Amino acid sequence: MRETRRATLILEDGTTFVGKSFGHESSTSGEVVFNTAMTGYPESLTDPSCEGQILVTTYPILGNYGVPPHLEKDTISEFYESNRIHARAIIAQDYSWEHSHWQADRSLSEWLIEEGVPAIYGIDTRALTKHLRENGSMLGKIVIEGTEEVDFYNPNSENLVAKTSCKEVEIHGDGAKTVVLVDCGTQHNIIRGLTKRGLKVVRVPWDYDFTTESYDGLIISNGPGNPAMAEATVLNIRKALEIGKPICGICMGNHLLAMAAGAKTYKLKYGHHSHNQPVRRIGTNNCYITSQNHGYAIDITTLPEDWEPMFENMNDGTNEGIRHKTKPYFSTQFHPDDTDYLLDEFIAMI
Amino acid sequence: MTFHPDNIMTNVSFKKVLLLGSGALKIGEAGEFDYSGSQAIKAMKEEGIETVLINPNIATVQTSEGFADKIYFLPVTPFFVEKVIEKERPDGILLAFGGQTALNCGVTLHESGILEKYGIRVLGTPVQAIMDTEDRELFIHKLDEIDVKTIKSEAVESVDAALRAARELGFPVIVRAAYALGGLGSGFCDDEKELIELTEKALSFSPQVLVEKSLKGWKEIEFEVVRDRYDNCITVCSMENFDPLGIHTGESIVVAPSQTLSNDDVQFLRKLAIKMVRHIGIVGECNVQYAYDPQSMDYRVIEVNARLSRSSALASKATGYPLAFVAAKIGLGYGLFELKNSVTKDTPAYFEPSIDYIVVKLPRWDLGKFHGVRREIGSSMKSVGEVMSIGRTFEEAIQKGLRMIGQGMHGFVGNHDLKIADIDKSLREPTDKRIFVIAKALRSGYTIEDIYNLTKIDRWFLYRLQNLINTEIELEGYNEITDVPVELLRTAKEQGFSDFQIAKAVLKDRPQSGAEGNSIVREYRKSLGILPVVKQIDTLAAEYPAQTNYLYLTYNGTTNDVEYTGDHRSIVVLGSGAYRIGSSVEFDWCSVNALMTVKREGWRSVMINYNPETVSTDYDMCDRLYFDELTFERVMDIIELEQPHGAILSVGGQIPNNLATRLDAEGVNILGTSAKCIDNAEDRHKFSAMLDTLGIDQPRWKELTSFDDIRKFIDQVGFPVLVRPSYVLSGAAMNVCSNEEELERFLRLAANVSKQHPVVVTEFIQNAKEIEMDAVAAKGEIKAYAISEHIEFAGVHSGDATIQFPPQKLYVETMRRIKKISAQIAKALEITGPFNIQFLAKNNDIKVIECNLRASRSFPFVSKVSKINFIDLATRAMLGQEIEKPNKSAFDLDYVGIKASQFSFSRLQGADPVLGVDMSSTGEVGCLGVDSTEAILKSMLSVGYRVPKNSVLMSTGSARSKADMLEAAQMLHKQGFTIYATEGTARYLEENAIPVIRVYWPSQPDMEPQALKLLHDKQIDLVVNIPKNLSSTELSNGYKIRRAAIDLNIPLLTNARLASAFINAFTTLSVDDIEIKTWDEY
Repeated sequence: MRETRRATLILEDGTTFVGKSFGHESSTSGEVVFNTAMTGYPESLTDPSCEGQILVTTYPILGNYGVPPHLEKDTISEFYESNRIHARAIIAQDYSWEHSHWQADRSLSEWLIEEGVPAIYGIDTRALTKHLRENGSMLGKIVIEGTEEVDFYNPNSENLVAKTSCKEVEIHGDGAKTVVLVDCGTQHNIIRGLTKRGLKVVRVPWDYDFTTESYDGLIISNGPGNPAMAEATVLNIRKALEIGKPICGICMGNHLLAMAAGAKTYKLKYGHHSHNQPVRRIGTNNCYITSQNHGYAIDITTLPEDWEPMFENMNDGTNEGIRHKTKPYFSTQFHPDDTDYLLDEFIAMI
Repeated sequence: MTFHPDNIMTNVSFKKVLLLGSGALKIGEAGEFDYSGSQAIKAMKEEGIETVLINPNIATVQTSEGFADKIYFLPVTPFFVEKVIEKERPDGILLAFGGQTALNCGVTLHESGILEKYGIRVLGTPVQAIMDTEDRELFIHKLDEIDVKTIKSEAVESVDAALRAARELGFPVIVRAAYALGGLGSGFCDDEKELIELTEKALSFSPQVLVEKSLKGWKEIEFEVVRDRYDNCITVCSMENFDPLGIHTGESIVVAPSQTLSNDDVQFLRKLAIKMVRHIGIVGECNVQYAYDPQSMDYRVIEVNARLSRSSALASKATGYPLAFVAAKIGLGYGLFELKNSVTKDTPAYFEPSIDYIVVKLPRWDLGKFHGVRREIGSSMKSVGEVMSIGRTFEEAIQKGLRMIGQGMHGFVGNHDLKIADIDKSLREPTDKRIFVIAKALRSGYTIEDIYNLTKIDRWFLYRLQNLINTEIELEGYNEITDVPVELLRTAKEQGFSDFQIAKAVLKDRPQSGAEGNSIVREYRKSLGILPVVKQIDTLAAEYPAQTNYLYLTYNGTTNDVEYTGDHRSIVVLGSGAYRIGSSVEFDWCSVNALMTVKREGWRSVMINYNPETVSTDYDMCDRLYFDELTFERVMDIIELEQPHGAILSVGGQIPNNLATRLDAEGVNILGTSAKCIDNAEDRHKFSAMLDTLGIDQPRWKELTSFDDIRKFIDQVGFPVLVRPSYVLSGAAMNVCSNEEELERFLRLAANVSKQHPVVVTEFIQNAKEIEMDAVAAKGEIKAYAISEHIEFAGVHSGDATIQFPPQKLYVETMRRIKKISAQIAKALEITGPFNIQFLAKNNDIKVIECNLRASRSFPFVSKVSKINFIDLATRAMLGQEIEKPNKSAFDLDYVGIKASQFSFSRLQGADPVLGVDMSSTGEVGCLGVDSTEAILKSMLSVGYRVPKNSVLMSTGSARSKADMLEAAQMLHKQGFTIYATEGTARYLEENAIPVIRVYWPSQPDMEPQALKLLHDKQIDLVVNIPKNLSSTELSNGYKIRRAAIDLNIPLLTNARLASAFINAFTTLSVDDIEIKTWDEY
């Protein structure tokens, strides 16, 4: 049997789960959230939206295909969603100590150790998921045998958007048309998706007043935590609404655009944390399987008159996107995946 | 935003639809289509649409009362389907739910204009799209249109052209000589030098050479895709073959979800699948198969199946997503967003399931049942069934699965030692034992790299298997269970080790029986709190709350998903496990019917079964479904959780029946006949003694341990004898020996006689009738019974025999005596529930050959023919109810049912297609007719026979069978058939004034006309080849003719009685005169 250190997950309500360590041997704490995607741990761990989170994968076996190399093209990661792991820890039922994939250059365990991220396997992740589902995401800490226990940490008390956003304006790609990407903690795939389409991307910090720049279109990225923290962004978006250039919001960008328009958001009882969220474009028979990771939704009843809902979640009926009735503004709660066409539509507008 | 409604079937409201079934179970087309069809029927019924079903497979659930509205037990061929259409005038037809049989039939009906003529619309995927996927050229062309890569080969006629083709395709390539048999001149080329050498050689055999990209060692990945008419698509599951490309997916171990693909890989293949499905225009469900390069993201599309398939049934069971049901609804015009997820009942069917467990499918082979068959597995399917196991580690799932297969294995480790002469070769050229060869190799010190290089199985799977070997070795370091560290014991259980495997590793051979070691481990681990937990399959990985009754057990967890109240209201029904030769869909029908009765009578119906091809494992058939093992250990785990009122062991065939004694010893309330009485029937010695006491005759038999004793016994009873060794080296487990030489050969070569391995020798009575009694008793009194007779004489396994019910040619005296004997046995064994007795009858001498205190294979047949549900009666009896004897008597039927067997010899390369004492059929049909003749004709046509047009080749074996066949030969002659006959048969027929053309045996290749040549030239429409004796020699003339008939798809009959019956039927009744009547109309 493999020698592993005992690792315990302690939730803020006192519930504990005991497993074994396979990551960095240090204790940590954060907000415990689950995700039901069956593949994609390198992407999830590096997603800035996971900042401060202890990630629970409901698929029980983790690490099968190792980790792809950290290759960068134009400072944008080719396989990851950012340049580092944002999650605080990862938890699975079973860890695959051996991996097999042609792209892998190291194991998940090696990577986690490199980046100082603890990890646990050998706990009943289904029971944990049900517990989180019924009680909402909650704080938790991981105590690795022989290391010092830390205090609970609530990432939502911090401005995570500020924490994960770029600090300076960056230019990516080259093209006749320019889009401003407000980085609230953007996934690199958004940048890859835009440069691939021949656009020049001006990536700006979350609180940067981009309205002074000249641009053809505006994209508001995804990001971690509570949208209420990004007040500065909301104020800038309000200005952009006056300017009238096309605007597209993604994930948190959806919340921020709604807030700029004057609507309110609320925390969902069951957040959306999976690759398989079904959404329907309102007024059509067109449905999409989307990838989502968020805990807030727009309160549609607070949407101003000149705005309308554009997408809705088919599981719980919550809003998944809004658009302006007459102007080229829209946003979606999900990441463009099966819905690549949305980016194309946006580009067609600019 | 674009909107693409398919122009085919908007706003059509259907009133009556025709569903085509898949007919008898055969290799490649088995129980999965009963499941798919049943789901389609449920979907139609929910809409109030009348369903008309054509399926001669009488043992299926879909052909039962309460399923289809009208059922025709007729062949699924264009001829009969048209007749049904003419009579029923349906407005729609479902082609996607009856496998290749239904699809092919549908395409023919479309092409011949029948569907158009009667104004019938095809529900779901349009026929053109079906043809685009079925026709190789159309398919490649279609995918070329959207730049999707398929597997192509290029035909060249020179070395230069071959080089050019190879450079285009990229090395390695395969070179095949066109028009050359048996792969002569074919091979792999890694570079140009090898290509030049091989092409030169190949061109010397053949004017044309095919160059094809070699995908050796590529992964095989499958997706199930659903599309509605609004162009909404979902993929339901990615599945990965454990075995690399080259091994048919039906022969491969398959895992779901895929295990070695990254998210990029999965998303790439998923999007590609959706792109293809949209382009082809599927409306409903389809399966996409890929070859995927393990070293890049290169791929080829192998095929797209525009219908429900074995893989879709697996994906449904693996995820809980009811693909067939949804496909049927989509066929009616629904959008996915308009349908509900039937697990959550709340969220829509437009979603992609997320699973929080791993599923492993393993094939079940029965190659040991056949003489001469090749054991290598490859690109054609030979497996007869499959199992699906669920766990939360790969190790747990694969070990469960290897036990479920039911071939005496305990998992990946802890099995009896396999003798493998050349491990390298066995790894390189896989057989049905492949996985155990890997175990052996790992134990023998092969590294993962060694095995990878020989098998190309992804290293991830091999690493995981290595973990099992490591744990086994660690366990072996201890000698007492209590010395094993708790953590190690827990790890072993998390890796799917059974109590038995742990006992074997630790206690070695010390306990006297496996059962003893088992209970030592069980008690100890229970005292430590090492117990499995129950988890739900909910399609959403617990993201949303779901009330689901679809369950499995795992050691990788700490909390049960189900709250047990201990109300003792459960009735646990044990299912039948993997389909295999001798146990298939008929026991599923029995299980489903038992569940329905249990539920109707107010109990909680609980099913345990693990066969993904069944209806009994459909979670809406029962109140709780445990998709799990039927081992003693697992059944006890479930019973301890459920605290049921009782358990039913008599409807799932032999697997549950075998557990009776041990479950009884644990205090489980076995409903119906007691375990002690079951043992009295199962134990040869006890049963025989009981018959002696009752004064009931049986064939003489003895259990013997030496050659001398065997000879002495044969001196008393005479040849032939039936020999059943308890230990078999190779080949069949049972054999009839007609003389000293055969006995010698069988016992020396195939078996082993010793004190440890006794042999049972039974006198073999020739030319005796075999009769079956299927019955239900309550407290020792028979309440309902059905007597049926075999068309063949005894000697053909009852599972292969053609059975007639009610009997048409039995003496009243025989019937009376059979009833009397059955009543005596029922009383003596205090039977409550179903049972079956087999008799031999010769001149009113009745002997009992076998008695099973459980439902038999023929229960659905006799239930449906008599219209008395024997399982319902039996279940009610087992629940302790008073059973009224049914009013009507089976003798009052003014029609006849014939059950005929389906063989799959064409799939089993090399196998001798003869019938013997061991069963070899893979399925059956049951047809009704106004008389024997009509029923025989329908049933024979249903299992694939065709009425010959012109000529018949006859070799009629022994003098006795020559005489038996004389009348049939006369009828053939009278009807104007040309009769070809081999030497002895020709002489005999000529002596009897029947003109024949004499043909020569394969051993006289220079003589003309030559039998084999006539077959190859398609000069023969029917072959009657009766083997001289009951033991077959593979290389004989007869074998060559029989095998050629099978390989050339020419109908073959090898039994004189059946051949006579069939010839009599088609010479006296025209196919056009067959009545087209529903089951109800009889």
